[in-house]
Amino acid sequence: MNFDDTPQEAEFRATARKWIDANAPKQYEAELSKSSLGRIRLEKEDIVDVGKAWQKKKAEGGWACLHWPKEYGGRGASPIEKVIWQQEEGVYGKLTQPFQIGEGMCGPTVMAFGSEEHKRHYLPKLASGEHIWCQLFSEPAGGSDVAGLRTRAEKQGDNWIVNGQKIWTSGAHYSDYGLLITRTDPNVPKHKGLTMFFLDMKSKGVEVRPIKQANGMQEFNEVYFTDVVIPDSQRLGAVGDGWNVSLTTLMNERMSIGSRLATGFPEMFEFCSNLMTDDGLAIDDPATRSKLANWAVKASGLKYTSYRAISSLSKGERPGPENSIGKLVSGSMLQDIATYAMDLQGAAGALTGADEEMARGQFQQMLLSSPSMRIAGGTDEILRNIIAERVLGLPGDIRVDKDVPFNKIPTKGRG
Amino acid sequence: MNFDFSDEQKQMRDAARKFLAEKCPPKAVREVLDGKAPYDKELWKGLAEMGFLGVAIPEEFGGAGAGHLELCVIAEEMGRANAPVPFSSTVYLAAEALLLAGSDAQKQKWLPKIASGEAIGTLALFEGKGNPSPKAIKLQASGGTLNGVKRPVPDGAIADFAVVAARTGSTGRDSDISLFLVDLKAGGVEAKPLTNIDPTRGQAELTFTKAKAEPLGAAGDGWSILTQVLDRAAVLLAFEQVGGSDRALEMGRDYALDRIAFGRPIGSFQAVKHMLADMYVSATLARSNCYYGAWALSTNAAELPEAAAAARISATQAFQHCSKNNIQVHGGMGFTWEFDCHMYYRRANASALTLGSLSYWEDQLIDRMRKKNAA
Repeated sequence: MNFDDTPQEAEFRATARKWIDANAPKQYEAELSKSSLGRIRLEKEDIVDVGKAWQKKKAEGGWACLHWPKEYGGRGASPIEKVIWQQEEGVYGKLTQPFQIGEGMCGPTVMAFGSEEHKRHYLPKLASGEHIWCQLFSEPAGGSDVAGLRTRAEKQGDNWIVNGQKIWTSGAHYSDYGLLITRTDPNVPKHKGLTMFFLDMKSKGVEVRPIKQANGMQEFNEVYFTDVVIPDSQRLGAVGDGWNVSLTTLMNERMSIGSRLATGFPEMFEFCSNLMTDDGLAIDDPATRSKLANWAVKASGLKYTSYRAISSLSKGERPGPENSIGKLVSGSMLQDIATYAMDLQGAAGALTGADEEMARGQFQQMLLSSPSMRIAGGTDEILRNIIAERVLGLPGDIRVDKDVPFNKIPTKGRG
Repeated sequence: MNFDFSDEQKQMRDAARKFLAEKCPPKAVREVLDGKAPYDKELWKGLAEMGFLGVAIPEEFGGAGAGHLELCVIAEEMGRANAPVPFSSTVYLAAEALLLAGSDAQKQKWLPKIASGEAIGTLALFEGKGNPSPKAIKLQASGGTLNGVKRPVPDGAIADFAVVAARTGSTGRDSDISLFLVDLKAGGVEAKPLTNIDPTRGQAELTFTKAKAEPLGAAGDGWSILTQVLDRAAVLLAFEQVGGSDRALEMGRDYALDRIAFGRPIGSFQAVKHMLADMYVSATLARSNCYYGAWALSTNAAELPEAAAAARISATQAFQHCSKNNIQVHGGMGFTWEFDCHMYYRRANASALTLGSLSYWEDQLIDRMRKKNAA
């Protein structure tokens, strides 16, 4: 048992480190080092522009989409090399945020279901950051129940005509292409009538509208489709096989081993270590200490759980299911930590001033943003179902709509 | 990175699991639970023959000389089987104290006997209510004898020898405390069994009356040695707790799959599924914290105090959580004496206290993290 690289890993790390040291945009290091939740912002420049420049440089140096095959713009690296790269890329990894959905979800789906011509045409441009991709799955009526989606695609000659609405699409406003799942047959049960496409986001009839979120920010979009034409050649997988195709996409979403989820603990520990209350430092208060200790062991438990997964990768094994706990633990931890940090400040805890005295307003922002961490990418409840069913082998939910044609499923709870 | 046990260590875990499944079925645990024997003597003998009691004891002292990672995997299996033997007191506390602070002669006298199963050892630390603290130690040492009362002492009624924490000064500093080694069969010590929530691991009151004692480690070093012993024992016991957590989770999962209510397996109800998923989460967090503790223990890393406290807290929480919700999944059947759920519930809650309570370790963790941050 050790934390050391193998000789090959050490060599790879040294090469990566040397390249990053020579090429990274160091002028942003300090700004990127500041911890922040959600979308990253830069003071003076658009994160997408800076990100594109970094991605392009990486692609030229052979460091983009590392685990992809070389012919599609990757490096053909092993999973452990990808983890090592992420560790070395460090804060500059935050610049890759606009490309993560493309690299982690859209790209692998095109790779699995696209034609060779498509792969050679689209993937290298995705890898180099020239094109940004988004994922158009969620709908107002299909969140956790994503197969309940209603966006229609109807065949007309060699084309499909799409009408409907998607929601919670991150990056839709700056994306060039989108991975779109649609309903092509409402007369069969819901999982069987879906078909996957990709489309040019500049297509006529695509309208992107930002969503004003509960935390006051605008980070996601609604995307409306009005008679949008998609050529049949941009279909991924067979007609009616969209659900299976989407499973490939979502499987890749969960492969993000080694990327640390924010828990809020380091910020909270520092805050309590310095906060003077009427009874002395907050960290000297027994109730606070108990809470801190509980959060500390969750944070360290998550850290070492990811180390166990990395170790599996290092041995060339598939990581076990234990990594599935990450978001479930960290999401509610952020919310609990934010709530308690504000509680420690008394009535002033409600103030959102960004000065030092108010801990730069970070906990208030954390409080308002944290509900999304328990919903996006699988709600806490869906994640518990996944653990119960796929890890513990418990029966799936009884699905009352399983054998019902989609257009016969009730759409309203009351009345 | 190789943050995992080696194939050999995993084989040893499998061997221990197989051995315990055969020699320590719930029926055997119940013999002790029902008060028919103070501990499972046959099992103890078998563990010695398998080399498990001396796995971390060097060969020159009669052990297998394997190491602490090997001991961790065995501890996990002891917890999984809820083994009714004085393993934690003898191996995690007494043997570790001897390894840390014993003279060659002391090691030579006791370690081979521990490895062979001939001697049961323990640590006599507590004197009534409260957590580990130098101030709480009143038992007096003078002129090579001890006078005072220790309670609760784990496995105190069946132990052959004890490491005893005694007061040798009154300056108010940690250096007032020294450790002693006492042969409990040599007279001067009266052992009275105490009833406790987990009869499969006995507790006793030991009364020392001019009991002969030899110093263990240098005079005044007692508290510093004890702190190290408790940290090491915390990691090892945490592995037992993780083994117990996993077993409780499995029992709950199996029952949820088999039990039909309202016309379907209860494991298909989300209320039950989510409870089991949460048990899996705590058990996984605990296991990962324990692995870090194992690494720190086996390499004697500077991180050990912090790692041990984290493993202890996480594993205590996981075992309490899994064992209590295992009963909940079982419903009424889980509250019968006949079902095994309560054995794990008892062990979980007794283990949660035996090296000092959860709140004590929470306090320790924060102190240690601050110390590290200040350094």
